[in-house]
Amino acid sequence: MRNFITILCALFPVIFISFAGCRRSAETSLTIAGSTSVQPFAELLAELYMQKHPGVEINVQGGGSSAGIRAVQNRICDIGMSSRPLTPEEQNLQQWTIALDGIVLIVHNQNPVRNITLEQLKDVFSGKIRNWRELGGPDQKITVITREEGSGTRGCFEEIVMHGAHFAADALVQDSNGAVREIVASDPSAIGYISFGLVDERVRALAVNGITPSESTIIAHTYPLARRFLFLTNGEPNALARSFLEFVLSPEGQKTLADEGLIKAVP
Amino acid sequence: MREKFFEKILLLCALSAVTALFLIALFIFYEGLPLIFRIGPANFILSSNWAPTKGHFGILPMIVGSLQVTVLALILGGTLGLACAMFLAEFAPRWSVRILKPLIELLAGIPSVVYGFIGVLVLVPLIRRTLGGPGFSVLAAGIILGIMILPTVIAISLDALNAVPLSYKEGSLAVGATRWQTLYRLTLPAAKSGIIASLILAMGRAIGETMAVIMVAGNALIIPKSPLEPVRTLTSNIALEMGYASGTHQEALFATGVVLFIIVALLNTFALLALRKKV
Repeated sequence: MRNFITILCALFPVIFISFAGCRRSAETSLTIAGSTSVQPFAELLAELYMQKHPGVEINVQGGGSSAGIRAVQNRICDIGMSSRPLTPEEQNLQQWTIALDGIVLIVHNQNPVRNITLEQLKDVFSGKIRNWRELGGPDQKITVITREEGSGTRGCFEEIVMHGAHFAADALVQDSNGAVREIVASDPSAIGYISFGLVDERVRALAVNGITPSESTIIAHTYPLARRFLFLTNGEPNALARSFLEFVLSPEGQKTLADEGLIKAVP
Repeated sequence: MREKFFEKILLLCALSAVTALFLIALFIFYEGLPLIFRIGPANFILSSNWAPTKGHFGILPMIVGSLQVTVLALILGGTLGLACAMFLAEFAPRWSVRILKPLIELLAGIPSVVYGFIGVLVLVPLIRRTLGGPGFSVLAAGIILGIMILPTVIAISLDALNAVPLSYKEGSLAVGATRWQTLYRLTLPAAKSGIIASLILAMGRAIGETMAVIMVAGNALIIPKSPLEPVRTLTSNIALEMGYASGTHQEALFATGVVLFIIVALLNTFALLALRKKV
């Protein structure tokens, strides 16, 4: 019995050591961190890049735009990801726009409301406006759907629309664009927000401040909820980071992003 | 020699299972407790303000939500399950038991995401159209969980009812009691501890269920005042936010796990005590 416990204890360090990754040199490994909105796309691009260049390792981590910007400023990661514009203090970083996206307000197909102002949006999502009548729709309570805390899309929506106001406590919370879309497609009184690339014919996109979300209004940045997905480096990127950036901005990388529903930054 | 060898192998297996469990518990507490002590256990459990990325950690709505959903599931699933077990034990013809019992056990094998999916497609729109509200609600979660705990309630209650010695029942029937009187006055009290254990185990199952609940509960951060309002449970809170959580937010989710762990551990202790108290 005692022997066994000794063996067991002796085994654990061995197991842990075997899990601890061997650190690679800067020439073959790249760390990317930041925006959770950009993360899934960066992961996809990293996978493709690693297939093309065996031996290279790219780690993509989340944490949020601000955390990514801080990490790249402190040289904790090679490339930062951000889905929000840089503040004046952050302008010392080099930035590459890898793709464009818009956050689109969606309602049920039978909903007669076509347009909403940013002010009304804030009131709807903070629970001040509770009935569609106040927006020119039918006399029906509004079912508000938001994303979970920590989601990049939610963070961006908070910045552009909420300005510090809290989401209504009774708002439904869903943890993916797809789930939000499903609920809106089936509930005539629902309103939610999803990424531009995921809008389909089962739901209706609202115009915001009179501007309809479309590829052209997002590229021109006239649509109020347009956002840029940025890659950031601190000074000149090293050879591997540069090679990865070039891949992302190449026709193939851009096509990959467009296939995922984003809008190409390099037409 | 060989005997010894196999004995050791089995011991190793048993130890590794216990070790794994112990390490998981240790890890959850190690990650979650610091935050609970930083903000104070009372603040954590009694505040209703949950905005972890802005430094507010109050999980009262989730605790209340978990309990509401679980109690509703027990009322629905418990009564149905118990009635079903009583029928199978005392009134059902032998051939129907042979068909029904495997069918009920089959219910236990359906993945919870399937229950959730059916809930979203059928139950939620039904509640929205007939009773009002968003449809995603305590009621929807309670009904789905009620169905999910049926196999647990039925199987264990049935065993408890069947364990009552036949001679008791024969004696009761011999002095002129009807079958219903015998069941109600004699068999049920005799099987009480097993039935209570089945309900407590079902309660643990209901409190721990995640996927199906996330899909039909709506996950809003309120303390529901009616069964038609949306609700967020402890488990949904963890599963919903873990994808993007980091830093203190992640700690807060582990702390939610600590609370859940303690609740489930208490429930299981009660279940064991109830089972031990064989009448």
